[in-house]
Amino acid sequence: MSEHSKIDSEEVHHIAKLARLNLSPEEAKEIGSNLEDILRYVELLNQLDTSNVTPTSHAIPLPTKYREDSSQPCLESSKTLRGAPERIGDGFGVPKIVE
Amino acid sequence: MAERKVSSLELTNLCLNHIEKNDPKIGAYLHVDREGAIQQAKGADARREKNESKGALDGVPLALKDIFLTNDLPTTCASKILENFIAPYDGTVVKKLKDAGAVILGKLNMDEFAMGSSNEHSAFKPVHNPWDLERVAGGSSGGSAASVAASLCYGSLGTDTGGSIRQPSSLNGIVGLKPTYGRVSRYGVIAFASSLDQVGPMTKSVKDAALMLNTIAGHDPADSTSANTPVVDYASSCDEKITPIRIGIPKEYFVGELDSEIADAINQAIRVYQNMGCEIVDISLPHTSYAIATYYLIATAEASSNLARYDGVRYGLRKDPGQGLNEMYSNTRGHGFGLEVKRRIMLGTYALSAGYYDAYYAKAQCVRTLIRNDFAAAFEKVDLILTPTSPNVAFKLGAHQADPIEMYLADIFTVSCNLAGLPGISLPCGFNRDDLPIGLQLLGPAWEEARILKYAYAFERETEHHKRRPNGL
Repeated sequence: MSEHSKIDSEEVHHIAKLARLNLSPEEAKEIGSNLEDILRYVELLNQLDTSNVTPTSHAIPLPTKYREDSSQPCLESSKTLRGAPERIGDGFGVPKIVE
Repeated sequence: MAERKVSSLELTNLCLNHIEKNDPKIGAYLHVDREGAIQQAKGADARREKNESKGALDGVPLALKDIFLTNDLPTTCASKILENFIAPYDGTVVKKLKDAGAVILGKLNMDEFAMGSSNEHSAFKPVHNPWDLERVAGGSSGGSAASVAASLCYGSLGTDTGGSIRQPSSLNGIVGLKPTYGRVSRYGVIAFASSLDQVGPMTKSVKDAALMLNTIAGHDPADSTSANTPVVDYASSCDEKITPIRIGIPKEYFVGELDSEIADAINQAIRVYQNMGCEIVDISLPHTSYAIATYYLIATAEASSNLARYDGVRYGLRKDPGQGLNEMYSNTRGHGFGLEVKRRIMLGTYALSAGYYDAYYAKAQCVRTLIRNDFAAAFEKVDLILTPTSPNVAFKLGAHQADPIEMYLADIFTVSCNLAGLPGISLPCGFNRDDLPIGLQLLGPAWEEARILKYAYAFERETEHHKRRPNGL
């Protein structure tokens, strides 16, 4: 881990791009420095040998349950769409994505 | 109310008056639904008049953390990105409370997207602790805790991802229960970290928490992670005869910077249980000191994925599309999220990104197994575990804002329980010299909420701490 925990501004920019997150220069600087601190802190996990440990993604194992395959009423489209920033007819409007 | 000594309308108006008088100082509410509440209260009174009461919660004025989708009411998660969002349906727990006749007073302040331990990360306003207005209410369910402590409602719902029910409950001198992961449906609850989030009651007394859990617990076909495990009557479990059990005291929770007044209060609580005949057992949860690091990697990774839905397309804020869709996403999210949310999305994205996944996220999942194993081993020896809820009493507003890690450490006694999926409760166990509340935490094995509530109620019966209310408001 340790070789990774230096975060330069290029890396901050790259992560922000992956996260689709526009950061101001001040935010980028502060978050970059926070990330370095936090990554340095979490390095303490490296004290533990976990080579023979099975990872846990859910603490309480639950079997997959299947519900009955029957139709249920869904929300009216007027309700679903009422919070939409842009509507086109009965759908959500987005900026043009295909030329 | 059952004895007709007081009507729902009277209780509702009492809360509304308290809100009007005191909430400008506290900041617990983001939205008050005065008309809706009065209407619901009248409905409850009419049912009671006709002997058609729906039960213990019928007509009781409650309030909801603003993370619960509530039909036709604002649901903002204390974020600018959802500032104008009106929920189009009721989440399962909200529907269950409404079906039980509860009066919904409004929506409560919180840390933005439940990310924080002080309620200072609300995009709208911080919550002030009713016991000392210059101090934090804790978080992220700070509004839920402060509203109960200041009698701005009779009970509230919160969510707990790393301590967000128990820590603010401790700091406000109330009872807060985080049930086992899967006990309560998360459908219609805005997601933070899906493998950790759980819904629970925050109340003035253990019995009230049990009554609320009775209403909200159970399997929900709309949430495939809600369990089909049997649900008992938690309120009557409280009244069962107390038998001596083994209570474990983990040595790792009593080291370092634990405040001496908190340690004294916890030791007194231990004596209360000893007087009931319980056996106090020294135990070890050896991976406790790794819990915060594990938690912040897992929770932020899950959050970075969950919060991808705020894209300016279907609801919420949208900002300048600039050069097209991607720029619209980035501008919307850059404008709509606060600094702490951005920090966590960035950390989570980093931990999941190519090249770092194994070193951070996968590593944290392995340590999560070790933490879970610690509890499994401990519950071979004991029936419940007793700890302080928080290493400190309510701190001053602004005290930890400069250093995110310091703020994260506020959850040091609560996060392990989420990582292991276990149930836990915080209840008042004393006050420090400044009259600030101190909380006691009881943790149990999975699905043993009834045991936790029973022994919490036993403590409450032997003590007076829960009866104290903040004065000077």
